[in-house]
Amino acid sequence: MIRVNDLSKSFNGKTVLENISVTFDTGKTNLIIGQSGSGKTVLLKSIVGLHEVEHGEVWFEDVLFNKLPFAEKKLIRSEIGMLFQGSALFDSLTVEQNVSFPLDMFTNKTHEEIIERVNFCLNRVNIINANKLFPSELSGGMKKRVAIARAIALNPKYLFCDEPNSGLDPITAILIDELIQELTHEYSMTTIINTHDMNSVIEIGEKVIFISQGAKCWEGDNNQILNSDCEPLNDFVFANSLAKKLRSGSKS
Amino acid sequence: MIKFLTQAGKYFLLLKKVFSKPEKPSVYYKQTMREFVFLGLNSVGIIAIISFFMGAVITLQTAYNTENPIYPKYLIGLGTRDSMILEFSSTISALILAGKVGSNIASEIGTMRVTEQIDALEIMGVNSASYLILPKLIATLLFNPILTLIAITVGTCGGWIAGTFAGVISSESYIYGIQYEFIPYYIVYSLIKTVFFAFIITSVSAFQGYFVEGGSLEVGRASTKAVVYSSIIILLFNVILTQLLLS
Repeated sequence: MIRVNDLSKSFNGKTVLENISVTFDTGKTNLIIGQSGSGKTVLLKSIVGLHEVEHGEVWFEDVLFNKLPFAEKKLIRSEIGMLFQGSALFDSLTVEQNVSFPLDMFTNKTHEEIIERVNFCLNRVNIINANKLFPSELSGGMKKRVAIARAIALNPKYLFCDEPNSGLDPITAILIDELIQELTHEYSMTTIINTHDMNSVIEIGEKVIFISQGAKCWEGDNNQILNSDCEPLNDFVFANSLAKKLRSGSKS
Repeated sequence: MIKFLTQAGKYFLLLKKVFSKPEKPSVYYKQTMREFVFLGLNSVGIIAIISFFMGAVITLQTAYNTENPIYPKYLIGLGTRDSMILEFSSTISALILAGKVGSNIASEIGTMRVTEQIDALEIMGVNSASYLILPKLIATLLFNPILTLIAITVGTCGGWIAGTFAGVISSESYIYGIQYEFIPYYIVYSLIKTVFFAFIITSVSAFQGYFVEGGSLEVGRASTKAVVYSSIIILLFNVILTQLLLS
């Protein structure tokens, strides 16, 4: 479980996040949704410590993460896997080397054991016979899946995903969403996903937090989201004309 | 002035991070070997070509400017040797490497920054500054002196070939000249300068890349800044080190 209390963050005097308090549950896919520029990525990066927060607390279980010294933060970070918007695979390394990187760096496994684990992770995300390819030779969906394989290589307790299906076609996007949800349940991870894709919300939104202009506006799940009274959320959910028509039809 | 001090402070804080204890030395060792190839071995060709022609031009220019019979011919070889050892092999090579290696380092690290690869390292708990910069520093500090020795050797040979082919000096006179009044300390002086310049090129370029914000345009700008700042600092340190080491 990850708990955020009263978190605020600003850049050059401009407030980006304002007094956000939320709990992310273990074994669930927790989604942070909101428009572009609403502060989703800043919130995610503040939780993992890539941004220093000015005010508030970030708890990983019963550890106050954002107040820990650097050396102790590193211990928690070894339990974190993160999938970045652009995948963030290391360009100079092959698929196999990318996935083995955290294993090489933080474990004392033998080369054979590392390769076995790499192959297991790659198989788990359905990447076959691509061990020796470089990231530049992969499609967008494959890059995301390799990034997921790298993120789960160390069996993390926490998985963070920043727009995991941005730039992907709807079918691949749903496959990635389902894969993340499966892994979350399989390894009982606390997974936090940033997205503005409504398909993801409907498919895997076991817990959903809606952020607007840096503040939390709504919290619920994918069953409740279509019947909310929160106007900014409804504007976001029913943004396209088809959704508007369906909504007005169901009301009448 | 405040901006300059802020940047200087950031630079030294980055160096502190770079020289902190590596997470796993064996991984750093592999990375250092990789950098030996990318930053060191891959620079041998350009250094050899430029040194060859530099040595050739120094020989020909010295010859055409000392045609008076009062000057013995072997002075052409001596002039080429000392010019190559004292200045060209270390300083000019460093300026060339600032262009080649410096821009390479800044753009590589800068691209890693804007594509969130550095964030990915930090999330894993890796000290990204140390992992990315320390192997490059070790590789250039150890390999650039070798490049300097190559530059001296090839430049001196270039002078000999150009001088004898152009008929401005006999082979015997040139060889006598490059052996005449040889001061071994000059080599030490040149290598000391090279080590300082290698540190400047790598650390300044890495600093420019590491703190890039934005996109590809900013990476390009950081790459240009890396070359310009490295070159200026190299020239400044050239004066300081010359005064300290030769006075």
